[in-house]
Amino acid sequence: MSIYTLCGGHIIDPQTDTDIIADIQIEEGVITKIGGKLSGGEVIDLKGKVIIPGLFDMHVHLREPGREDTETVFSGCQAAAAGGFTGVACMPNTQPAIDTASVVKFILDSAKNLPVDVHPIAAITTGRKGERLSEMGELLSSGAVGFSDDGSPLMNTDLMRRALEYASDFNAVIIQHSEDPYLFKGCMHEGIVSTKLGLPGIPSLCEELMVERDVRLVEYTGGRLHTAHVSSKGTVEIIRNAKRKGLNVTAEVTPHHLFLTDNSVMGYNSNFKMNPPLRTEEDRQALIEGFLDGAIDCIATDHAPHAFEDKETDFGSAPFGVIGLETALGLILNEFVLKNKMNWADMIDRMSVKPRAILNLPEMKIAEGERANLTIIDPEVEWEVNPAEFKSKSRNTPFTGMHLKGRAYGIFNKGQFVINT
Amino acid sequence: MSFDFYRRHLLGMEGMSKGEILHILETARSFREVIMRPIRIVPTLRGYSVVNMFFEPSTRTRVSFELAEKRLSCESVNFSSGGSSVSKGESLLDTVQTIEAMQVDAVVIRHSAQGAPHFLAERIRSSVINAGDGYHEHPTQALLDMFTLWDKIGGLSGLKVAIVGDIAHSRVALSDIHSLKTLGAEVMLCGPKSLMPFKVESLGVKITSNLEEALEFCDVVYMLRIQLERQAGERFPSIREYRQRYCLTMERIKKFKKDDFIVMHPGPMNRGVEISAEVADSRYSLILNQVTSGVAIRMAVIYLISGGKDRGKF
Amino acid sequence: MSDKFKLKAELMNAEDFARTIHRLAHELVERNRGVKNLGIVGIRTRGAFIAQRLRSNILEIEGVEVPLGILDATLYRDDFRRKLKQPVVRVTDIPFDIDEMNLIVVDDVLFTGRTVRAALDELMDFGRPAQIQLAIFIDRGHRELPIAPDFVGRHVPTSIGEEVQVRMKEYDGEDKVLLVERVEN
Repeated sequence: MSIYTLCGGHIIDPQTDTDIIADIQIEEGVITKIGGKLSGGEVIDLKGKVIIPGLFDMHVHLREPGREDTETVFSGCQAAAAGGFTGVACMPNTQPAIDTASVVKFILDSAKNLPVDVHPIAAITTGRKGERLSEMGELLSSGAVGFSDDGSPLMNTDLMRRALEYASDFNAVIIQHSEDPYLFKGCMHEGIVSTKLGLPGIPSLCEELMVERDVRLVEYTGGRLHTAHVSSKGTVEIIRNAKRKGLNVTAEVTPHHLFLTDNSVMGYNSNFKMNPPLRTEEDRQALIEGFLDGAIDCIATDHAPHAFEDKETDFGSAPFGVIGLETALGLILNEFVLKNKMNWADMIDRMSVKPRAILNLPEMKIAEGERANLTIIDPEVEWEVNPAEFKSKSRNTPFTGMHLKGRAYGIFNKGQFVINT
Repeated sequence: MSFDFYRRHLLGMEGMSKGEILHILETARSFREVIMRPIRIVPTLRGYSVVNMFFEPSTRTRVSFELAEKRLSCESVNFSSGGSSVSKGESLLDTVQTIEAMQVDAVVIRHSAQGAPHFLAERIRSSVINAGDGYHEHPTQALLDMFTLWDKIGGLSGLKVAIVGDIAHSRVALSDIHSLKTLGAEVMLCGPKSLMPFKVESLGVKITSNLEEALEFCDVVYMLRIQLERQAGERFPSIREYRQRYCLTMERIKKFKKDDFIVMHPGPMNRGVEISAEVADSRYSLILNQVTSGVAIRMAVIYLISGGKDRGKF
Repeated sequence: MSDKFKLKAELMNAEDFARTIHRLAHELVERNRGVKNLGIVGIRTRGAFIAQRLRSNILEIEGVEVPLGILDATLYRDDFRRKLKQPVVRVTDIPFDIDEMNLIVVDDVLFTGRTVRAALDELMDFGRPAQIQLAIFIDRGHRELPIAPDFVGRHVPTSIGEEVQVRMKEYDGEDKVLLVERVEN
């Protein structure tokens, strides 16, 4: 029987109104006792650390099956654990796509013994081709938690309508990669910087038109829409208005859109190339506002590993995407939580509670009798982002060299302790 | 008059100071004298090796660079990869490593990808000269344009220049805009709205889609080449309609009775499309002066970036 | 970046300067038995002004304007890539055909001889003169190449750390020759 006693940590869980310094005893992966002066089993001293419900990233690319050279379920989970995430939802743009129960099962099997929960998001349409709906019922019963053709938008308006309708039978969410493919002819945000760099631009409109359309579809059909990686001020407004109307619309924002703008592209470094692109300071401020006030429900990293040789080329030829699992928490702590722009409760809401709720996953609470699913944070440690130390197989981060305060000390999940050294 | 010039790469005109530009122009003036001598070659850069890497076909620019290098006594070789089946990205990365291994002093690069010279400059020890990167910049073209104007009329301060054509797909336009603005000229861009870069007015230029308005405004009109094979049907309806709206004809020039009017074009021209043959060969035209200036400017640029071994990064 | 100098001696004042030019002009005419076929080429920067003055002196003496050219030897120098910044290149202007001419190359200070070597190489690319002679205002010694002047304004023995500065009205606002020492800064 495995018993752990976590001593002296600062436990915060807004779901149970917990905000105390106390010990936690875990037996067989279940919290048996929370209180003072506990002992027994392996004792772990967590004085000065903060213990919160396990973080969840609802938008990662694990690249398996297909591009195991850039990431696997195993390496992605190591990266997630190092970044303080106890669970991730992986997108279906693999080769083959996650559009059958067998691929869902393959991923679940690969993750079975890992300390990070992996929940596949299945394709809305077969092969992500935007032509035929995938077998949503079977996919859900085999373990998929939502649907997306991420990487590509579902352009066909009728099919999108039917997808929203059909998925609503299961109360499943449709996650849209919002982009009008006709306006998608560039490689960075269309703005003053793209004009200076001579690079073809992607207007904010490219995203906003699609979000606008999908919100109208939700209004018309019901159904649940989640907007992936919101990047523009206009989109934040559309989401805010949709929520005001009571529509079942949620949204996520990535750390890179919260921290960077198209100015970073000056110099043509392909580690600042992602889709949707980094936009202007005005957009960034609107995203921060939405993130703080809840118009945007959660943080998702859009962790998109790419091989060094694929990124190591001119800006236009490089693939879109950056990794984020191992930097997200540090960035949010450093900029928002530790600077008191956001309280712990809201941070836990955006990074743990909401993403699970959107995907209909069970709540992870810190309370006696609950499964121990914990992220342990060292709020004092100062560190520098160094891709060479990443657990991810890829190195394509835009945050190299950034100095941050606060990072994951470790996670506890599925009866396993992972402590970052 | 001399200025500090410590650059070891020439990547673009954006951010180059007036002093640096004038220093290049002054130097080019001396080199133009060299190429008018009975023996047009000086031993200055003996043992300095330059590779001309042209990933896009360009006879004029390549010949101009080659002559410039030969007249400085550089050792120069050409590399071209027209029609290579390798993807752009791969060949560029390979190129970086190959160049490193060849121990060259400078690389002249023409590439269809914006930022390709910048990519190289960060990864190799050699100097990098941008000979045109996609729709981004073409700094030596802008410098030779500035030299041609400066030589013809002296200072550029207050000069009014109209750049006409497909601005969005022109590396020449962007480099010329930066250079002209830095030297104090006023710039108006003219072309169909669908061929204008997004918010290009942020660069401090005026915009019109009316050629007559541009001609009325300017002292110098700079006609860009319209890419016949590209864009027609997508960004504008047809070459036929383009000609009707934007072809620079004698008739259009004469309407404004400007005696000292100057017409320029980066070449190669589509005679009868963006510029009539009559205008191209008229007394207004400085187009051949531009070509002569090209060699002198490129000699000046190669000479200036070839400084000592302990050069700083830029 | 600019070096600092300490003044050690004034070698010539304005009158000395004029007398020396005048004497050099006489010597040129004398040894060439007149000015037939004579052309003067001054090396930029101050050599060119010395050349101009020699020409006006010769005009006074002989009543003839000898052709004058200005030469910038920068592009023929051998110290390429030994400096952080490339030296400024100015225009060479030799407005006469040098073939079969009797050329006098003029410079202000003769030191290592490398500038003269570069100037001679450059001149050869302009044509084939019948003869070239070298006129130097100040010869400070320390030759690194086998080059000897035909006409010398004054010999000034110097040490390596010293420098001779020829200052001229046209460029520096005064006629003066100074012996200075470079000071580390």
